[in-house]
Amino acid sequence: MELTYIPLLAVLVSLAAVPFILLSSNKPNLREFWTIAAGIIKFLLVLTLLPSALDGETVSITLLEIAPNLPLVLEADSFGVFFAIIASGLWIFTSFYSIGYMRGHHETKQTRYFASFAVCLSSTIGIAFAGNLLTFIIFYEMLTLATYPLVIHSENKKAIAAGRKYLTYTLTAGLLLIAAAGITYSITGTLDFQAGGIFGDVELSQSMAITIFLLFLGGVGVKAGIMPLHSWLPSAMAAPTPVSALLHAVAVVKSGVFGVIRVVGFIFGPDVMASFGLNEILMILAGFTIIVASLLAFAQDNLKRRLAYSTVGHLSYIVLGTALLTETGLIGSIMHISTHATMKITLFFCAGAIMVNLHKKNISNMNGIAKVMPWTMGAFTIGSMGLAGIPPINGFVSKWYLGAGVLDGGMMLPLLILIISGLLNVGYFFPIIHRAYFKKGGSELEGHTEASPFMVVPLTGTAVLSVLFGVYPDLFFNFFDLATEIASTIF
Amino acid sequence: MIGSEIPALIPITFILFAILIPVIGLWKRKVTWHLALLGSGIATALSAYGMMHIIQTGETIRYFFGGWSPPIGIEFVYDGLAAFIVLVINAIAFLVLIHSKKISQNEFPGKLTGYYAVTMLMMLGFNGMVLTGDLFNLYVFLEISSLSSYALIAIGEKRAPYAAFRYLIIGTVGGSLYLLGVGFLYTVTGTLNIIDMHAMLPQVIGHSSVVAALILMIIGIGVKAALFPLHGWLPDSYTYASSTSSAIIAPIGTKVAAYILIRVVLFLFGVELIDAALPVTTIIGIFAGIGILYGSIMAIAQSELKKMLAYSSVSQIGYIIMGLSLANPFGFIGAILHVLNHALMKALLFLVSGSMRLKEGHSLITKFDNSYRKKYPWTMAAFTTAAISMVGLPPLAGFFSKWYLALGTIENSSWMLLAVILISSLLNAVYFFRILEKVYLRNPEVDQTSAAESPAVQKDEVGFSMMMPMGIMALGLLIVGIFNAYIVDVIITMFPAGF
Repeated sequence: MELTYIPLLAVLVSLAAVPFILLSSNKPNLREFWTIAAGIIKFLLVLTLLPSALDGETVSITLLEIAPNLPLVLEADSFGVFFAIIASGLWIFTSFYSIGYMRGHHETKQTRYFASFAVCLSSTIGIAFAGNLLTFIIFYEMLTLATYPLVIHSENKKAIAAGRKYLTYTLTAGLLLIAAAGITYSITGTLDFQAGGIFGDVELSQSMAITIFLLFLGGVGVKAGIMPLHSWLPSAMAAPTPVSALLHAVAVVKSGVFGVIRVVGFIFGPDVMASFGLNEILMILAGFTIIVASLLAFAQDNLKRRLAYSTVGHLSYIVLGTALLTETGLIGSIMHISTHATMKITLFFCAGAIMVNLHKKNISNMNGIAKVMPWTMGAFTIGSMGLAGIPPINGFVSKWYLGAGVLDGGMMLPLLILIISGLLNVGYFFPIIHRAYFKKGGSELEGHTEASPFMVVPLTGTAVLSVLFGVYPDLFFNFFDLATEIASTIF
Repeated sequence: MIGSEIPALIPITFILFAILIPVIGLWKRKVTWHLALLGSGIATALSAYGMMHIIQTGETIRYFFGGWSPPIGIEFVYDGLAAFIVLVINAIAFLVLIHSKKISQNEFPGKLTGYYAVTMLMMLGFNGMVLTGDLFNLYVFLEISSLSSYALIAIGEKRAPYAAFRYLIIGTVGGSLYLLGVGFLYTVTGTLNIIDMHAMLPQVIGHSSVVAALILMIIGIGVKAALFPLHGWLPDSYTYASSTSSAIIAPIGTKVAAYILIRVVLFLFGVELIDAALPVTTIIGIFAGIGILYGSIMAIAQSELKKMLAYSSVSQIGYIIMGLSLANPFGFIGAILHVLNHALMKALLFLVSGSMRLKEGHSLITKFDNSYRKKYPWTMAAFTTAAISMVGLPPLAGFFSKWYLALGTIENSSWMLLAVILISSLLNAVYFFRILEKVYLRNPEVDQTSAAESPAVQKDEVGFSMMMPMGIMALGLLIVGIFNAYIVDVIITMFPAGF
């Protein structure tokens, strides 16, 4: 079968849904039908690329020369397919959940919401399939713009301030990325992503290497939430919960770490990284972020903000695993992209369900809620356990490989960081579970039952997926095989 | 074939219509707009034909007036660069004139005949400046365009005549300095023809007259191009002129001056000679960089849309001049591409401000609210497109000129200028998103019931004749962005010798 056009179609399908969504703005059911149809088609299209990705083949299509010697290329390599499966698969869950959340919460401007969401997904898949840095930048900026209307959705002071902060951080990041790309292009004459890097054959001075790397890090590090570039993420929790769930736990932030891995593995390459000591910069920043973010998570009473800080920490797990420059470490990183995605989206779904159903945002008010929302809290427990790294949830698998990667690299400190942070994860999640199950709820809980099935089914679904992928990491999508394949191409 | 006559036909069209409009206008005042449209339409068609001709044949057309060959006679040199600029300015003028119908009837109903006749004269001046191959002839066209633009600016608000008078004084000084520079060059080379003089300059480059001439000419043209710190006349002129005048002069006027600077620096002197006497490119680059930041910061401080756009023009012209100051291929591509991009963006933005003035009676940013989103959905969509392009986000056109300029600064290792490009993009984002926030989001401080949802707000979009040019420009930004590689392929053929 001819696969060449599949990456293009996968990018375009949600973009094509936008006019339909806008036109059916007065018929909510039809409007949401377009979103879900686009989501399912997109997912199926991405899945057709899986077999070739598992064989280590890339499906690529050159669209047009957007600048001399710099074509717009979509290239579905194994890493791209891996990310695209996660993003487009979880979009289907989020779409159903959005229906329950947005209607349950009586949100206005739902058309703008669903339309922007569709553009975000197109951009995310574009980022996944970008064959060179320029294509990556184009979709990266598109994602920035398309997320903005979602961040300011409620249009109150807090949301607008969050939107400004978001734009300041991400636009600056985009510019740094452009500068980095420009310098890279003038040195290497290419911007193609090549497994093993493009800096291998050129002379590079130490100061130049560090400058370029820091520019890149500024570019992709903002979306990856590396401290001190993370502070937009907790603010962006002003967005509706499905946005926090898919974009600020999966699509946008994972685009950032995806970018980090692209930069480390496909632009610089492990050898150049190691010879200039760039991985040490990355490792220090990531280690710092993991510990500090976990500590900050303790201080948050607002559930979504606690989850946001947890996300910041877990993103740096991925960055840390990449910085190890060992094959096992990279497998752990890549696996953590998928495992953190299913777990964190579950937790955000739960937070949103609690908010819509019980109007509770703060953890201190969540006494006894497990009695009225057993499914939601069950899913929450699974997600929390997974993030703490307890088997058999999938978080254990990725953490195991991260740990093994550290040992492969012969380092002790990162291992210590992983262990401490695992304990901190337990520390900030289990009080919530304890409250929900073992403390007596107030009278306001009376008369409330479980949230709408539109929310409960998706959140149970993602929780079940977390368990299934924990037991069989290769179930359905061969995530583990893909991760191994990607790592083997780089090293 | 009329191919070889194109360089003469374009200015002649404008002369013809500059005369026809008052003659017919005395008898039938209603048709002046149609005549102006016809005139600039013909000129646009000729320029498009000429551009195609140049691309296909790849030759430079040298048209000798009266058959007198230079250096005795005056010649027009129609090469790729001139053809490109002529096409851009005529097409933009044509689109703005389409948009001007209602605005001119609203803003200066009694002066249509004179207004359109003077517009034709100004276009004659601009086209002549671009086409001529003779430095003195260039001065003549410069004065034609300047005098007509003083008049066009004076037709406007109450304060417009003051702004125009100020521009007249500063502009005349600029023009005179340029002329003085040309005079100095003439004394040492004995010729006024650009090609001729280019051949002679290497022998006299160390001569103090040449150094003086270079400084005088750059200052003179710098005034016209509003190169910082010679931009003082610009903000008021653009703000208080009638909406149509600012929409024509802002995208075209300073561009033509920047083009002259490119001609003088990169073609007359050339890449090798320009820095021989004094570090011209470095100095221009520094002023361009300061101008970019200064314009952007001043734009943030404005509460009037047109004034904000005027300061933004000071900043954007800096990009073009920075591109030429880099004197490398990427910088050149960036500069020429930015001439096109900025002409489209700025014309579109000024048309939007004109439409707002027609509909709302003002263009004060402070009074913008989210009812505009409902009243003028398409105008606001066009504005948003231009704004995003100004910020320089892909895949819109603005990104790519900045990309090439950035590559140019990297090639020269001019890290300060690279930083300037990046910082000013952020500043652009500040002043445009400030407006977009007002238009698209409800004001959280006023009330929670959105102005857009009050029943009194109905769709009140501008008419087709105004919407169409704005739509074309907005689409143009997307098309130029996505297909910029094709345009760049053409720009590469325009490189001056030495690249």
